Amino acid sequence: MSLELQGVSQVVDGQQQIAPTDLVLEKGTMNVLLGPTSSGKTSLMRLMAGLDRPSTGRIFSSGRDVTNEPVQARNVAMVYQEFINYPGMTVFDNIASPLRLKGQSRKEVDRAVRSTAEMLKLTPVLQRKPLALSGGQQQRCALARALVKKAALVLLDEPLANLDYKLREELRVEIPRIFEQAGSIFVYATTEPEEALLLGGNTATLWEGQVTQFGPTLSVYRKPQTLTTAQVFSDPPMNFIQGKKAGDSLSLNGGASLGLRKQSAALSDATYTLGFRAHHIKLQQHEVSQPGSPPLHLQCTLVASEVTGSETFLHLRYGETTWVAVASGTHVMTQGKQVDIWLDGAHLYLFDLTGCLVACGDNAV
Amino acid sequence: MAQITLSDLAHSYVHNGAETGDFALKTLNHVWQDGGAYALLGPSGCGKTTLLNIISGLITPSRGRVLFDGVDMTESPAEKRNIAQVFQFPVVYDTMTVRENLAFPLKNRGLARAAIQARVALIAEMMGLGEILDRKARGLPADAKQKISLARGMVRESVNAILFDEPLTVIDPQLKWELRTQLKSLHRELRHTMIYVTHDQVEALTFADTVVMMHEGRVLQTGTPESLFETPAHTFVGHFIGSPGMNFLEAKIEGSRGVINGQCFPLGANYRTASGFTQIGIRPEYIQFSADEGLPVVVKHVEDVGRRRIVHAELANSPISVSVPEGQFFDNTMARVRFIPDKINIFVDDWRVQGEAL
Repeated sequence: MSLELQGVSQVVDGQQQIAPTDLVLEKGTMNVLLGPTSSGKTSLMRLMAGLDRPSTGRIFSSGRDVTNEPVQARNVAMVYQEFINYPGMTVFDNIASPLRLKGQSRKEVDRAVRSTAEMLKLTPVLQRKPLALSGGQQQRCALARALVKKAALVLLDEPLANLDYKLREELRVEIPRIFEQAGSIFVYATTEPEEALLLGGNTATLWEGQVTQFGPTLSVYRKPQTLTTAQVFSDPPMNFIQGKKAGDSLSLNGGASLGLRKQSAALSDATYTLGFRAHHIKLQQHEVSQPGSPPLHLQCTLVASEVTGSETFLHLRYGETTWVAVASGTHVMTQGKQVDIWLDGAHLYLFDLTGCLVACGDNAV
Repeated sequence: MAQITLSDLAHSYVHNGAETGDFALKTLNHVWQDGGAYALLGPSGCGKTTLLNIISGLITPSRGRVLFDGVDMTESPAEKRNIAQVFQFPVVYDTMTVRENLAFPLKNRGLARAAIQARVALIAEMMGLGEILDRKARGLPADAKQKISLARGMVRESVNAILFDEPLTVIDPQLKWELRTQLKSLHRELRHTMIYVTHDQVEALTFADTVVMMHEGRVLQTGTPESLFETPAHTFVGHFIGSPGMNFLEAKIEGSRGVINGQCFPLGANYRTASGFTQIGIRPEYIQFSADEGLPVVVKHVEDVGRRRIVHAELANSPISVSVPEGQFFDNTMARVRFIPDKINIFVDDWRVQGEAL
């Protein structure tokens, strides 16, 4: 099936929770809702599931209007951040419960439960009660229950948020592959850009109840159409600085100026925001892979450095602005030190004052 | 402020527990230096919260002593220890203003008004709370409330230590960056002993100068973030630190070369033959693809996560992951991998062995 939202919005007590939204989700796809806390991820999922009625707009399932159909009639499954299982039942009975409700035969139930359990590595613990399991296994059990009923729409609301870092990593790698086999529409809410990238598929970025962009995950990441989308889809945060454009040069607030190429030189003279990601700041000129024009060279002051093992996060000050750079290897530097950085022209974004992307990559500078 | 010494410490929640299985915390000795920034890192159930509660006095250990600057505090109740604690979820008095919240621990201890004002202003400024000091805490978003909790944890000048129990769990990723830097600069300014408990390696490694890595009630390694990454003492440390974690492959070690499946590769050091289960450990970041050099692999699938691709492959039927930076060439013709010799670690029965320089 496909799920289509046409102008769906939600207003609660006069407050707009979800701005009018159009979205089409296709069968067999993974769709990430990426946004910070209270940006509308859960509200949007509840509308998709039929748990809440939209204030305006229609929802279609494979072309059929289901706007007024209650959740029970819709063939959806949901997994929450909290591990929700029936504590009195074994893992087997937990996974079997949605099938038994549908009145499937014992043999069918047994086969479906065992194959789903196998997929989620729960076979050895099928006879245990959920509370005797680790957090990771409890959430696997909840995932299995959502998958076993082969719902057309499976909604996952930050399902890994309550798990340890390492367990999260393990499940993140497994989840896309498990989902590929299932063929349902998956909607997965997260606050973490890294998680969206690992899940792949499509991503919708959310900000204050508005879907700011929707498309293949990597293309949203590489080509955010607005400054807001760039901010939502960036961890470490994207670095920004404003500059005044005059002709084919952009003078940054902080002193330096850079030459603009055709596409951006043709823009009207005004103030623009230059954006670049933390890992595109280079500490050596030769690390910048740019054919043609020379890379942008800037001098910053070190505010703080954080070593993570393989990499170092450098917090840099340039004029009034602070940036984060990621450098591979260990760089121990004293606070206040002058740091030379080079920016790769192939990875710059130029936004106008309304926050719209006007040029990026090789076309920008 | 104080130096905190844990001497032959162990704890069992079972009365009269026998050493092995019953002990949530196995025998450990550790000195928290005065003014240090520490992280206590490990998965759920590794004993890190037990250890924190023993330091703060919420739990009396089954065995061993807790010393503050040499004074035995093992039996002292929490309120006598002068330790500040910040928890996972904000603990804020909703009816008070932000200023009153910050001043509360100081008022309780009868500090002079002027001293309270000055201290609150300083901490609020450093935590970026200056602008909302006179607002009621009620109605503030969760992250602002957690900032208040953090600031209140740091407001007392005379504390022996500040303990943080997963304080950034409820914070959005973007804000974590801001709060982490603020915590770090606060540590630099105030020089309190800070112990930060977390299961999140990025938080632990970025915050701490010294990381204490725990697993199953045992301290596996204490060291700098770099040493945990480069030379993990145990395979679990190698696995836990880094994303994806270190790759482990069963290998034969012959002096300064390793052998997997009959194929040799150079090591960065010389090793004496050791008995036991021998593995090499190599990080995904230190493996390079090659068309004609190194060991043959079968590529299974590739994840593009923007700034790098993570290639999942099989080498001699064992899974390995390789990290390929953005912009670096990689395609299917590259069916071999090279390990950077200096970056290979050798583990015997899960513990790292030190080689001799070549």
